[in-house]
Amino acid sequence: MSKKLVLALLLIPVLFLAGCGGSKEETKTETPAATPAASAPPIDEANAGTITGKVSFTGATPVMKNISMDATPACARQHSTPPKSEEVALNADGTLKNVFVWVKAGVAERQWPMPSTTPVLDQHTCVYQPHVLGVMVNQEIEIRNSDPTNHNVHPLPKVNREWNESQAPKSDPKRKSFPREEIMIAVKCNVHPWMRSYIGVVNHPFFAVTGADGAFSIKGLPPGDYTVEAWHEKLGAQEAKVTVGAKESKTADFNFKG
Amino acid sequence: MEHVWLHRYSIFVAASTLCLVVAGALVTSQEAGLSVPDWPLSYGKLMPEMTGGIWYEHGHRMVATAVGILTIILALWLWRAEDRRWVRRLGWSALGAVVVQGVLGGLTVIYLLPKPVSISHACLAQLFFAATVAVALFTSRSWRLGPALVDPAGGLPLRTLAPFVPVSVLAQLALGAAYRHKALDLVPHVAGAMVVTALALLASIQVLMAYPRNRALRNSAMALLAIAVLQVFFGVGAYMSRVAAAGSPQPMPVMVLFTVIHVAAGALTMAASVVFAIQVLRNVRRPMMEAPAGGLTATP
Repeated sequence: MSKKLVLALLLIPVLFLAGCGGSKEETKTETPAATPAASAPPIDEANAGTITGKVSFTGATPVMKNISMDATPACARQHSTPPKSEEVALNADGTLKNVFVWVKAGVAERQWPMPSTTPVLDQHTCVYQPHVLGVMVNQEIEIRNSDPTNHNVHPLPKVNREWNESQAPKSDPKRKSFPREEIMIAVKCNVHPWMRSYIGVVNHPFFAVTGADGAFSIKGLPPGDYTVEAWHEKLGAQEAKVTVGAKESKTADFNFKG
Repeated sequence: MEHVWLHRYSIFVAASTLCLVVAGALVTSQEAGLSVPDWPLSYGKLMPEMTGGIWYEHGHRMVATAVGILTIILALWLWRAEDRRWVRRLGWSALGAVVVQGVLGGLTVIYLLPKPVSISHACLAQLFFAATVAVALFTSRSWRLGPALVDPAGGLPLRTLAPFVPVSVLAQLALGAAYRHKALDLVPHVAGAMVVTALALLASIQVLMAYPRNRALRNSAMALLAIAVLQVFFGVGAYMSRVAAAGSPQPMPVMVLFTVIHVAAGALTMAASVVFAIQVLRNVRRPMMEAPAGGLTATP
């Protein structure tokens, strides 16, 4: 009787642990997003339109705090002055950098051609470069470590699979992709808690990230009515309705208030 | 038979375990829990480059390994030297707990901080610390001298109340861990703090008032009272520092400092409540059974 009791007591934590592991794995199991019909009509590139615009900022200029990299001398040595947080990257002309702009609705469900270039997410000067990145579903991202120190790459998706891998200095780049659309996936390095990047994973190629001039351009859109969204990590998201005719170029500007 | 060095060694193990709790709290506060993605090795090595979050995560693993070795020695020492079977069993239980704790720690890394495992890891740490403190108590000279029995006093039934204190502290620690690991918001932890503090104050003040001359009871009640009151301030400090540092690049040192102190004080509260309950159950006599009607009446 007592042996059975001991056995039962030993089994409880084992079953508990097995249960914890199992459920997590279950949520991690990924099924690729439904593939659009292969019989979709060919893309009419001759009539494709464009949406361009600028993302501006009004309000009190946000003061970005200095990041202390003293915990990792190999990081601190790469900066002559402490780098600023990239949470709100304001350009000199009052426009916003690192805003992810994508066509949220109106794009036909079909197999869109994958961009020929492989986007790169580099860990350089102990900062993710670029800070915001857009990719298509299942498009490979090349993840590099150009720093002389260890990093771990840890995306925190909600609908894709979470993973966490180390990357030693000068090791081979990692090639990763995400099989489901998700806006946005935060990527962090737990070794260096200030490091954060955001990846937008979209079913189609109609997305862009604003740069040093706050401008974006989304090309190759078939004529149609679209909802365009501008997403910012700190300032939230805004939408605009845009109707694009054949060979038309439409403008959609966004303004975030601080 | 008394073993002075065994007792001193058990105090050393308990102190080391508190250091391990602090190291673990630092890992969570520094958000370094997944800075080493592999386990049991770290970046495929026994000793990776100690930098950034790796310093905290791998440092925690090193302290845990040391405490594991110390606990093996403690269990073996008790097995060889201790004449009381239940104390020997406590030593083996502590060893079992530290092994399970290591496995839970590994699972948190492999499965990317699953909340049930992370919370279990946090709670078992506190229980393990309480177990090492209990070993130190049981191997002490004062314990060997035997209890100084006192009669139940009027007021609250202390023998019934005292065991509820460590149980409520453990529940409160679980709520705190659930908040830390984002499984619950702060409200249950704050509500729990009110209940636990009230219970600890009620029980310890009752003991201090009823048995001021019983050394074991008085010391354990004073320790519980002091740490329970301090813990409330540490908790408020941890929350306020978190709010104050919310807009800054995380983690801010002031937030880390207050949170780690709060976690360490939580472990001390757990240990103090266990010792308090043990001392009450040991020193306060059971109330005598009421005699049948017309028979003798027990004197309090």
